Amino acid sequence: MSIDLKTIKHISKLSRISVDDKKAEKLAGDLNSIFDFIEKLSELKTDNVQPLTSVAETTLKLRPDEIKSKNIREQILKNSPADNEDFFVVPKVVE
Amino acid sequence: MSDITKQSLNSLVKNIKEKKLSSYEVTKSFVERSEKSKKLNAYITEDFSNALVKAKKFDDSPNFDLKLPGIPIAVKDLFCTNGIKTTAASKILNNFIPTYESTVTQNIWDEGGILLGKLNCDEFAMGSSNETSYFGNVQNPIDENLVPGGSSGGSAAAVSGQLTPVTIGTDTGGSIRQPASFTGTVGLKPTYGSCSRYGIVAFASSLDQAGPMAQNVEDCALLQEVISTYDPKDSTSIDFKRNQYRKELSKNIKGKKIGIPKEYRVDGMPKEIEELWQKGIQHIKNCGAEIVDISLPHTSYALPTYYIVAPAEASSNLARYDGVKYGFRSEGHNLIDMYEKTRSEGFGSEVQRRIMIGTYVLSSGYYDAYYLKAQKVRRLIKSDFDEAYKLVDAILTPSTPSSAFKIGEKKDDPISMYLNDIFTVPVNLAGLPAISIPAGHDAKGYPLGLQIIGKAFAEQEILDIAYAMEEKIEFKNKINDWWM
Repeated sequence: MSIDLKTIKHISKLSRISVDDKKAEKLAGDLNSIFDFIEKLSELKTDNVQPLTSVAETTLKLRPDEIKSKNIREQILKNSPADNEDFFVVPKVVE
Repeated sequence: MSDITKQSLNSLVKNIKEKKLSSYEVTKSFVERSEKSKKLNAYITEDFSNALVKAKKFDDSPNFDLKLPGIPIAVKDLFCTNGIKTTAASKILNNFIPTYESTVTQNIWDEGGILLGKLNCDEFAMGSSNETSYFGNVQNPIDENLVPGGSSGGSAAAVSGQLTPVTIGTDTGGSIRQPASFTGTVGLKPTYGSCSRYGIVAFASSLDQAGPMAQNVEDCALLQEVISTYDPKDSTSIDFKRNQYRKELSKNIKGKKIGIPKEYRVDGMPKEIEELWQKGIQHIKNCGAEIVDISLPHTSYALPTYYIVAPAEASSNLARYDGVKYGFRSEGHNLIDMYEKTRSEGFGSEVQRRIMIGTYVLSSGYYDAYYLKAQKVRRLIKSDFDEAYKLVDAILTPSTPSSAFKIGEKKDDPISMYLNDIFTVPVNLAGLPAISIPAGHDAKGYPLGLQIIGKAFAEQEILDIAYAMEEKIEFKNKINDWWM
């Protein structure tokens, strides 16, 4: 299999990471060698194998739905790159 | 008392409890040595003056019932520390100051530990050499040209260079055990669910575990005793009866059955590693335990599986870094442009590579072929261990396929870098505990480690085996303080 530049551009869009042509070419090379390596898995027949999603064999615990954090707006906004003291600020999204 | 920094954690605790040393004297010694060790680049953030204030405060009203009474400890910069910058060694978190504390670090402070600073690592713990850090690579105290391993490279260097008595790292595919092996130190990756993941910067949530790194097995056991607690704040934290790992530590492993998996004898493995393994087998026999040949048939599929599962989870976890709520932002002419520039400038190349792999294997049309396939193979890998544990109590393997490599040697070859984790990755996929102990040196005098893999929740058992072997091995780390 081969990952071409068009695919790289597509993945880049999905992952919201901009890549220029030079970076895309480097990534295509890297990803192709990694996927050649990953291809080994196709040797295995797994039709009747159940996928393993978690090794922690516990059912998720329920807890009472209670508010534990109150008045933490300031804490939440503390690390924001841009805010107006009440909200996060981002570039304009509606005209 | 001279040579305070040479003392083990347990001896420092004893000396503080017996009032032969004060917390201030101990903390000052580690601060001074850390100050003289900047060349190693082990720290990202130092918190030395606060540490000295806290030490004085401890001495003014000491509580000797605590397990880490006034002991200074530096931690990997992947643990959120309230009010102290936490970067995950990434530009994207370069200015992030958490407003909450990770459970594991809170447990350490609750038992009297004092934060010394935050230690360097690979960016978002993605790497095996500490060379992907935004803050530069770390040098191995063994030799200035060597990587300390990764991703917990700063942690390993800090313990082996005696900048901190012990530390905590995180291990997603070998990130505690491989650097421990490269620096002649002990590192434990606990069972998945043993240590809370709350407040740890997430890499791959189904694989990540925090664990102790130390100069010896007893110190490792004491720190594990402190950090392993059930935590409702982590939905995968498991409520099981935890041992008093240090208190219950025993060298008696008579009658234990230890498995040797033939699939770990990989092509091209240096003769020295095979010899080290054979010596380990002999030590096990001398301790009165029995050696059993076993098979873990899907071992060679573990790395390809890992390089689907881990990037898939990472791509999803790292979607949160968008330049809106915290961290680095690059301005753009609209919202999407801002996201794309922020992530392109904020993440380093290895992290971007893994996000791309993960996005691809989860994308429409490829999910079944890659992600689902990998989850199925993950089941086969776990079943291998389940079968093996019907015959044996634990498994002995080398920790890594080679000793520490040179800085820059593997930086541009991702596959050869990934192969470093060939013996450690299967353990994370199966969620098992494993410990790496220093077991000898290669011809160049670089340390080599052996790994003991246990059944789920059998931390005590592998600590006991490690403790018994440590006595037979009599390892001495060759550190000449070249950086001072």
